[in-house]
Amino acid sequence: MEFTFRGVRGSIASPGPKTVKYGGNTTCIEVRGDNGEIIIIDAGTGIFPLAQSLLAELPVNCNIFITHTHWDHIQGLPFFTPIFIPGNDITIYGAPDPVTQRGIDAVLSRQMEHAYFPIREAELKSKISYVNLADRERIEIGSVVVENILMNHPAMDYGYKISCNGKSLFFTGDHEWPSNIYEPEDDGFEEFQDEIQQRYVETIDFIRDIDALIIDTSYTREEFPSKVGWGHGSFDTSIQVAREANVKHCYLTHHEPTRSDEALEAAYAQALQDNNVSDAASEPCFHLAQEGRTISL
Amino acid sequence: MELQEKLATLVDDMPAFSSSVMRVMDLTADINCSPKELVEVIDHDPVMTMKILKLVNSAYFGLRSEVVSIKQGVVILGINTLKNLAITIAAVGMLPRNSVKGFDSQEFLLHSLGTATIARILSQKIGISSRDSTDYFVAGLLHDFGKVVLVQFMASQMQEILAKANAENLELHKVEQNMLGFDHGEVGGQLAEKWGLPSALVTTIREHHNVARQHCPMSDCVIAANLITKHLEFGHSGNPVVAEFPGTVRERFANDMTGLLDELGDLSSPLADTRIFASM
Ligand SMILES: [Zn+2]
Ligand SMILES: [Zn+2]
Repeated sequence: MEFTFRGVRGSIASPGPKTVKYGGNTTCIEVRGDNGEIIIIDAGTGIFPLAQSLLAELPVNCNIFITHTHWDHIQGLPFFTPIFIPGNDITIYGAPDPVTQRGIDAVLSRQMEHAYFPIREAELKSKISYVNLADRERIEIGSVVVENILMNHPAMDYGYKISCNGKSLFFTGDHEWPSNIYEPEDDGFEEFQDEIQQRYVETIDFIRDIDALIIDTSYTREEFPSKVGWGHGSFDTSIQVAREANVKHCYLTHHEPTRSDEALEAAYAQALQDNNVSDAASEPCFHLAQEGRTISL
Repeated sequence: MELQEKLATLVDDMPAFSSSVMRVMDLTADINCSPKELVEVIDHDPVMTMKILKLVNSAYFGLRSEVVSIKQGVVILGINTLKNLAITIAAVGMLPRNSVKGFDSQEFLLHSLGTATIARILSQKIGISSRDSTDYFVAGLLHDFGKVVLVQFMASQMQEILAKANAENLELHKVEQNMLGFDHGEVGGQLAEKWGLPSALVTTIREHHNVARQHCPMSDCVIAANLITKHLEFGHSGNPVVAEFPGTVRERFANDMTGLLDELGDLSSPLADTRIFASM
């Protein structure tokens, strides 16, 4: 199995000379199974360059897993060229929205309404199907298995674990490790803390020992306190989780759109130092996710 | 039962209590609204609580089954989703105070809150941990959920039933059984079961008027709390009769109502604390 970062930026695409090294496209990860299965996680603007390369291998049979439907994770979908070409078979998976009680199909087709996009969904020439996932499902696609787990973000966000012939990766989507809404002296503190702890353990168990953890790492230690509740992780939480789950490699992603390559590298170096990350064999290898980079597992 | 199916779909469009709707609107107008205040409003409103537990326990989302507390719901869904759910529920409207003669929704809310509060106190008295006692609060809060559903969706029949119970000093659930063929306990219990709520909660809601029911600590606490709340005239459930403790409840607490009230001492302060959730 191998995967390629097609977009690593959070919130909004941010092209330009200052982001040319790590890339300006929003979230999209291309995963290839050992038998050529095409799995795509998220459809941020990074799905557009991927679409271009897929035109060389028509007809395309692919599976798109949406972590959640915030713009930066779906914005490229109407520009995913294979949807316009007859003979292509595209399955889109995602979470239903508990607030509106609508499925992923209804949420995504609104994106193609006339006010937003000139081509109607009914006019797309490929075969498109939607699958609403409940928490903790298991989907087999050839030699690949995809499993999902609910994460914590201001939207239903599924993290996806993708396994193939003994190798595995996990992507959190956007995720903040939950914190207690109560103060230690409040009545509800302990109950809430127990719940958080239980969920934390469940999530760590889900990703334990995987080969590659791709994790939302939007904020630095200094930025995080003013962003609590926004639904994103920090360098500190990502490093801690990668260690506790004993992952082999950890790719930090969802880079802040205002962060230049230089600032990103500085924040990364500072975080490794603050957390005493060593090159001991027991330590996960940390990397900044970089657009265009392919990793073989 | 076809009626239950119909009621189940109707409940989606059922408004919550006016005091909590107003408080949710108020709190969420501020983008930095305090999550714990929001949780507190939701978990003191039977309609909001029921709707959110229904969602968290639903197979469609497959989140986790057997969720009883709103705090658990927050950790699973996230505070932002919970907030938006509360706003969506609030946007449905408010339960009218007197849509049906003989049923005052404000007084009913007080009765539910009183039963919830006392059920929690009683659970701790019989050795339930303070953490699990939250489930007893929820059970007390939701025990009469079926009643508010019936008042909302079978208004004319319920008006007749309430009037008859009142005029002849009859127990409400008995009049319901005579005139409808079922009572509010069955309605609430069936809905809770359909929505996948934990079985102890379903049983407690369904059987809180059933003398032949199984012995279970949650039902015993809720039945006792229900009767004590009525005896103390805290709120009003629409039932004019305050029955004696059934045998199982007397056994559980090794006391009758008068004795148990003596043991509990002054309940006015915990009850007064809940009053703010029913005030406008
Ligand atoms: Zn994002
Ligand atoms: Zn997001």
